[in-house]
Amino acid sequence: MFRNQRHLVFAGILAASTALSGAAQAETIKVGVLHSLSGTMAISETTLKDTMLMLIEEQNSKGGLLGKMLEPVVVDPASNWPLFAEKARELIEQHEVAVIFGNWTSVSRKSVLPVIEELNGLLFYPVQYEGEESSRNVFYTGAAPNQQAIPAVDYLLSEDGGGAERIALLGTDYVYPRTTNKILRAYLNAKGISDEDILENYTPFGHADWQTIVGDVKKFASEGKKTAVVSTINGDANVPFYKELANQGIMAEDIPVVAFSVGEEELAGLDTEPLVGHLAAWNYFMSVETDENEAFIEKWHAFIEDEDRVTNDPMEAHYIGFNMWVQAVQQAGTVDVDAVRQAMYGQTFKNLTGGTAMMNTNHHLSKPVLIGEIQDDGQFETVWETDGVVKGDAWSDFIPESAKLTADWTFPWVCGNCEAPKFGATADM
Amino acid sequence: MPTRGFALPSLAAVLACIAFAVTVTGGAPASHAATLEEAVQGLSAKSYKDRAVGVEILAATGHPRAIPILEAMAKGQLFVRKADGVTVIGHKTGKVYSLTNALDGSAVGDARKKELKKVKVNNRLRGVIKAALGGLTLLSDDPDRREEAAAAVFAARDAGALETVEQAIAREEDPGLLDQLTLAKAAIQTNPDFPLDVRLAAVERLSESALPEVRSLLASLSQEGEPDAEVRATAAEALDAVERDLAFWNLLGAIFQGLSLGSVLLLAAVGLAITFGVMGVINMAHGELVMLGAYTTFVVQQLFRDFAPGGLDYSLAVAVPAAFLVAGAAGVAIERSVIRWLYGRPFETLLATWGLSLILQQLVRTVFGPTNREVSSPSWLSGAFETATGLVLPYNRVAIIIFSLLVVAGIALVLRRTALGLYMRAVTQNRSMASSMGIRTGWVDAATFGLGAGIAGVAGVALSQIDNVSPNLGQAYIVDSFMVVVFGGVGNLWGTLVGAMSLGVINKFLEPFAGAVLAKILVLVAIILFIQKRPRGLFALKGRAAES
Repeated sequence: MFRNQRHLVFAGILAASTALSGAAQAETIKVGVLHSLSGTMAISETTLKDTMLMLIEEQNSKGGLLGKMLEPVVVDPASNWPLFAEKARELIEQHEVAVIFGNWTSVSRKSVLPVIEELNGLLFYPVQYEGEESSRNVFYTGAAPNQQAIPAVDYLLSEDGGGAERIALLGTDYVYPRTTNKILRAYLNAKGISDEDILENYTPFGHADWQTIVGDVKKFASEGKKTAVVSTINGDANVPFYKELANQGIMAEDIPVVAFSVGEEELAGLDTEPLVGHLAAWNYFMSVETDENEAFIEKWHAFIEDEDRVTNDPMEAHYIGFNMWVQAVQQAGTVDVDAVRQAMYGQTFKNLTGGTAMMNTNHHLSKPVLIGEIQDDGQFETVWETDGVVKGDAWSDFIPESAKLTADWTFPWVCGNCEAPKFGATADM
Repeated sequence: MPTRGFALPSLAAVLACIAFAVTVTGGAPASHAATLEEAVQGLSAKSYKDRAVGVEILAATGHPRAIPILEAMAKGQLFVRKADGVTVIGHKTGKVYSLTNALDGSAVGDARKKELKKVKVNNRLRGVIKAALGGLTLLSDDPDRREEAAAAVFAARDAGALETVEQAIAREEDPGLLDQLTLAKAAIQTNPDFPLDVRLAAVERLSESALPEVRSLLASLSQEGEPDAEVRATAAEALDAVERDLAFWNLLGAIFQGLSLGSVLLLAAVGLAITFGVMGVINMAHGELVMLGAYTTFVVQQLFRDFAPGGLDYSLAVAVPAAFLVAGAAGVAIERSVIRWLYGRPFETLLATWGLSLILQQLVRTVFGPTNREVSSPSWLSGAFETATGLVLPYNRVAIIIFSLLVVAGIALVLRRTALGLYMRAVTQNRSMASSMGIRTGWVDAATFGLGAGIAGVAGVALSQIDNVSPNLGQAYIVDSFMVVVFGGVGNLWGTLVGAMSLGVINKFLEPFAGAVLAKILVLVAIILFIQKRPRGLFALKGRAAES
């Protein structure tokens, strides 16, 4: 897209890098924060930068970590994918951070991956994504497809979810929606829904004119079978999409839309009254009533000094990821990446929505899955949730070539994408 | 008159007796209340399934309170008070909910959210409630509610509602509503429980209405799930007829959507038609001027919310001139501070305005935050005009088409009928001659650029109704705007109008076949080829002005 490339050139120069490096004190542990503060992704990522600053401030008020204060190092990769790699290198090589919390889009994560593997850094990635990856240097605290997309489709097909027999898969044209829909198509086929009952449609980033596509969905739904929409539409395109749904009078009772990239923050710019009943699948909703969540929201409002700000799923992912890292460092007694990685396995921390999250050896979390309906106040109300936690799969069981692969970074596998363990196949075993 | 004075009270006594007799025999309030209470308790059952049963039981009581209770439940306003288990209807007022008892509607004080347990509803339950309400409100006095009820009965196709539908048909006087009611009756009668001839007649009746919902019903009747072969065949035939009708309306719909997209392109491009088309300035910050207009709309709405909440519906009328002034002022500032030093150096202008666009974006992001801002649609712009054939023309889209044409007409007037327009044309056609005639060319440049920028701001007001109000708003339109101006012919307002509308319609006709991504690429390639053939666009300027 032209408009993105425009950014690529100038954003880095103009948006003054907000690195808070300051006078490096020997007695601090540096925590890198790699989120876009300018450009298209600033809308989502600025909130996560603030979340990290809040978590670090809170940890420091408890006396820091290993007797040292934590020092945030904030850089601005400006929604510019190659710049993400440069900034990651800057964080590790120049600032010598112990850990990085960052990224939103998959393409930015893929850009950081070679750097962080080369320099043996540590990245916590907080956003739901398409899976099919397990890096030794990344912990994935957002949902894998089997922790979001698959349960959501199960719900749509169930009696409570309306018993859909046809599914329209609408997405933005890039790696996350395409991979997720590939998995979903295979899954739906396995569930007895044939290809003629699946509509797949992709639109460019920032697509604003949804009249034709919403009209197509209406037509697709009027062919005699109960229809539901699975939306992997990302970012700015969601607002005009939902406005068009409301415009064309599509009610959630007739054609429910379940979205994987629409959270409380995205709804904040919308009049949600016509959208009541449309769904989202996440591991966290702001509306869930637990003591932990209430305390978290209170802290967030105090930190950001705005009672109207919402909390969302990637914020919880950072909350869990940061606290697990703190525990792992305490356990290892050092911030050395290799030691901390070993200490991460099996690490547990309480979810904000109840229950306990656990870090698995495939670098993905076990978390509960919630499905919520949009309410007229811009919040979600949980209408369905898994009984316990669901373990995140790095490799989908529904893509034949992935089903063979295992991600396990402990002995004897020590591998993110292997068909057989790297070690342990010795004669005496 | 003593006798009359005596007679009156006795008459009143007789009336009271009659009234009492009626309430005891006909109304039977005592037994009603008991079942109502039980039914209401059923609404807060544990599973959604049991709650759906509760809704049906409540509707079956036919009690007048059932309607407000079910309506509150569908809206998520039905609660159980934790302290005493009383079912209440709660309306949020500020931080607390003011409560009324669900059974009799009496006020029972306030409560905070923590003290209440919401009776949760999901989509399926909302559908059940709608169907139940449909049965209850079919005989309502309010025609709007009867219309909603007819639609709900059509969707539910519950054989139990047939009797009420027939009563409603007998009473109905409005021909449009009568049509909907007979359609709902036909939908019910397609049920396999009815005798074959009734079902066939019902299918015939359905085929007379070319509606998407009817198409959906007919399609399901023509599929293998339908046991009766004759019904299947008749339904398939009817489906063909309905589809032929729908195809025509779909074509009209596509044309409307194309014009609507075209009008958005037109609004975004028309300011550029002045700054780029008339002045020849490549202004990459044009999109950001549109964005400023959208944010002005947001600020104006906030002010209305704070100081004149009653006038919120008319805030757009204030936002249009305000956005013109804000964006226009920004435009004049940009022209005076940057662009005027760069006339005749297009590449440097491009880079400088590019930088400006990023500065403006980050400025807005700093002031208003990176997240989307909500600009609400006034009530007179929400909703849609729906034809009987399922063609949906949303009011806001219609309004934007009209608005864009008005803006173009306004600019044409300014350019042709005002002194400023005359100066502008004079300066752009021959600067030195205009200057020697005593025109202050510098100020005309600033005013022209300000006009173009102001129009961009006005476009922002319209776009705030259909798109995000975020710092990135302008980026989405900059490329399209240049495309429209170049395609239509630089310096030609009429060309911009025709160019925008034809691009919109072409896009919408390509999209169903090619998909949104490919349609955009095809249009871009087509324009590049077109420009090769006609470098000056659709409507090239002729004469001396064209050479500049």
